[in-house]
Amino acid sequence: STGPTFTPGEPFRATLFPGDGIGPEISEAVQRIFEVAKVPIEWDHQIISGHVVNKDGDLISEEALNSVRQNGVGLKGPFGTPIGTGHRSLNLTLRKALNLYANVRPCVSVKGYETKYKNVDVVTIRENTEGEYSGLEHEVVKGVVENVKVITRHASERIAHYAFEYAHQHGRKTVCAVHKATIMKIVDGLFLECCREAAAKYPDIKYEEMVMDKAMLTMAANPTYFDVMVMPNLYGDIASDLAAGLIGGLGLTPSGNIGEDASVFEAVHGTAPDIQGQDKANPTALLLSGCMMLRHVGHPEKADAIQDAALGVIADGRWRTGDLGGSARCSEFTQAVIDRINI
Amino acid sequence: GSLQSPGDGYLRTVTVFPGHGIGPELTAAAQRVVDATNAPVEWEVVDNITNKLTPEAYASLRKNHVALKGEFQVGVGKGSMNSINVELRREMELYANVVHSFPLPGTNPRHEGVDIVMIRESTEGEYSGMEHEVAPGITEALKVMTKAGTRRIAEYAFEYAYLNRRGKVTAVHKANIMKRADGLFLDSCREVAKNYPNVKYEEVIVDNCMMQLVSKPQQFDVMVTPNFYGSLVSNVVAGLVGGPGLVPGATIGKETAIFEQGARHLASDIAGTNTANPTGMLFAAVMMLRHIRLPVFADSVEDALFYVLEHGSRPRDIGGNASLSEFVDAVCEHINK
Ligand SMILES: Nc1ncnc2c1ncn2[C@@H]1O[C@H](COP(=O)(O)OP(=O)(O)OP(=O)(O)O)[C@@H](O)[C@H]1O
Ligand SMILES: Nc1ncnc2c1ncn2[C@@H]1O[C@H](COP(=O)(O)OP(=O)(O)OP(=O)(O)O)[C@@H](O)[C@H]1O
Ligand SMILES: [Mg+2]
Ligand SMILES: [Mg+2]
Repeated sequence: STGPTFTPGEPFRATLFPGDGIGPEISEAVQRIFEVAKVPIEWDHQIISGHVVNKDGDLISEEALNSVRQNGVGLKGPFGTPIGTGHRSLNLTLRKALNLYANVRPCVSVKGYETKYKNVDVVTIRENTEGEYSGLEHEVVKGVVENVKVITRHASERIAHYAFEYAHQHGRKTVCAVHKATIMKIVDGLFLECCREAAAKYPDIKYEEMVMDKAMLTMAANPTYFDVMVMPNLYGDIASDLAAGLIGGLGLTPSGNIGEDASVFEAVHGTAPDIQGQDKANPTALLLSGCMMLRHVGHPEKADAIQDAALGVIADGRWRTGDLGGSARCSEFTQAVIDRINI
Repeated sequence: GSLQSPGDGYLRTVTVFPGHGIGPELTAAAQRVVDATNAPVEWEVVDNITNKLTPEAYASLRKNHVALKGEFQVGVGKGSMNSINVELRREMELYANVVHSFPLPGTNPRHEGVDIVMIRESTEGEYSGMEHEVAPGITEALKVMTKAGTRRIAEYAFEYAYLNRRGKVTAVHKANIMKRADGLFLDSCREVAKNYPNVKYEEVIVDNCMMQLVSKPQQFDVMVTPNFYGSLVSNVVAGLVGGPGLVPGATIGKETAIFEQGARHLASDIAGTNTANPTGMLFAAVMMLRHIRLPVFADSVEDALFYVLEHGSRPRDIGGNASLSEFVDAVCEHINK
C-alpha cells in the first residue's frame, strides 16, 4: 500500500463526497452524528456531481482525487448517473484512479427489522478490477460474440490476501472462496490456487471452497452458514446484492472499496430522486459505511458506539424512516441516534 | 415415430443414467414409482459411466429420445476432466433447461407462493470450455453467445409461457457490463417478445435479480437466462421453496429430452444413506410421463406425491423422518390404492 498510514486513536482527515439526490441530506446526518460521538475527524468536502462535467471534461476533478489520495480515506454518497454518453461512470473513474481493488460488504441482520432471514452475518469480498468486467468483447463472425474473462495471479493474490487479512483483523473464523472451477478450470482454477496459498499463511482461519451454484443455494436457504466469502468480480457482484437482499436491501448495507492508494466507503443505494430534499431519506447505509471507515483508520470503539446507537434506534421502532415502513423524518432519526450516543 | 395413445400396448423405452452421488437412488426411486402406475414404460439403464460417455450411452439416447438422469461427478481446477454433463448437453444439443419451482404441501418454504419456471440456455455462454494461459499468471476464458443460440432459447421461453398460459417472461442479463454478449441475448428476447403481445416482457440485471429473488420472489413468473445465470437462478429458487430435493427439471433439445433434479447436485454428503429427498426427481418423472404422452399416469404420480407430502411422513431435509425408501413406499402405496 502506498497511501498514508493511520495511527489508531489519532485524529485524521477524510474526503467527503456528499453526492447527488438525497446524498447531501444523509451526509449532513452522518457529520452531525460523528460530531456528537466526538470522532476526531476533519472533513474535506468535495462537491462532485454525476450530472456536471468539470473543465477537463471529466466527471471527477484531479483535485478531488488528490484529496482522497492525501487523506487515504473517503466517504461517499450516491452520484447521479451521467446524462448522455462519452463519460466514464464516476464509480469507475474512482476505482481506476485510486486502484480500488476490493469491494467489501458486511451484511448483518438488523434487529427489529424483520425479513425472511434471521441472524445473517456475512461479509462478501469481491475482486473489483478484472474478471468478467474486462470490457473485451468482439463479434467473431456475424451473429457470434465473444466476451473475454481475464483472471490474473497478481489480482487474485491481492484479493485473497486481503480477504484473509480482513478475517484476521475482524475476528472472523472462516473464509469461503466461491468459484466455478468445475467449468472454468484454468481461470477460476488460478483464483483458487491463490486463495489456497493465502490460506496457508493464516492457519487460524478455516478455509473452504464452494461452487457458485451451491453458494447461491446455500445463501437463499441457509445464509447463516457463511462468514467471509471471497470471489472473482461477477460472482462477488451477484452474491453481494443477494446478501443485501437477505437483510432488507441496499438502504441498510454499507460498503467499502479498498485500494492500494486509498479507500472509499459508500452507500450503495441510488440518489432516490423521488424523496430528495424532503427530509425522508434513511442515512443508515451511509452511516454504517462511515463506521467501516472508522474501523479502517483505527477507531473501532467510535465505530461500535455509533453503530450500536443506530441499530438500537431501528430496533426501538419509533423513528424508522419510510423505506423501513415507518414515518420518521431523516432529522428525527438522526436526533434519536444522537440522543442514544449521549446517554 | 408417432406416439399412440395409452392402452394400445405401445411400449416406450426410456434411457436411465443413474449417474453418481445420490443419482442412482433418485433414478431408482423414479423407476419404482413409474412402474407402480403400470405405465407402458420399459427402462434401458446405462450405468457403466465413470469419466466419459460411452458409445452405448449415446446410442441409447439416440434411439429412445428420452432419459432419466442423475448428476455425473465433475473435476475441479486445472487439468481435471471436462464435465460430462456439459458434454452430453452439447453433443445432443439439449439447449433448454427448464426448472419449475412451485409450492408443495408439507414443506416449510422460506417464501410462500413462489411459482417460477426458469428457462436456461444450456449449450453456450460461459460453458464454452475455451480457456488458456496467455502469459504466466494471466489467464482468459471466453464466453460465447450466438444469435442462433439466443434466438432459440428466447423462442422456447415465450412459446412455453404462451402454451402454459403464463403471463410474463423476465430476461436476466448483465448487458450494462457485457454490452455485446448479453446485449445479443437481450436483442433476441426483445425480438421474440414482439411476436407474443399477450405475454408481458421484462428485463432484470442479474445482481438485482438475486436481491429481488430473496426479498420478493412472487414477482417472477417465467424467467429466461443465458447459461451461467441460469445455474444461479435455479439454485436460488430451489433454496426459496425448501431445498434442492424438491425441484424438478428437464433439459430439452429438438430430438431428446432428459429429466432430472432441477438443482443438479451430487450430494455426496448423503449419497448411499437412503436419506435423499426424491420429490424433485419424482416430479421430473411426472414431466417425463407427460412428455411421452402418458398424462393419466403422470396425474396418478402427481396426486400421490401431493397426498403423501401433505398427509404422510416426509423426507428429512424438509423436517420429516421418512427415509427415501419409506417415502417412495408411501407414494407407491397411494398409487395402488
Ligand atoms: N437511503 C434511502 N432512504 C430512503 N429511501 C431510499 C434510500 N435509498 C433509496 N431509497 C428508495 O429506494 C428506491 C430506489 O432508490 P434509488 O436511489 O436506487 O432510485 P433511482 O431512481 O434508481 O436513483 P439512481 O438513478 O440514482 O440510481 C426509491 O424509491 C428511493 O426513494
Ligand atoms: N435430493 C436431495 N435430497 C436432500 N438433499 C439434497 C438433495 N439434493 C441435493 N441435496 C443437498 O444439497 C446440498 C448441495 O449439494 P452438493 O453438496 O452435492 O453440492 P455439489 O456442488 O453437487 O458437490 P458435492 O456433492 O461433490 O460436494 C448438499 O448438502 C446436498 O445434501
Ligand atoms: Mg451489483
Ligand atoms: Mg438505482
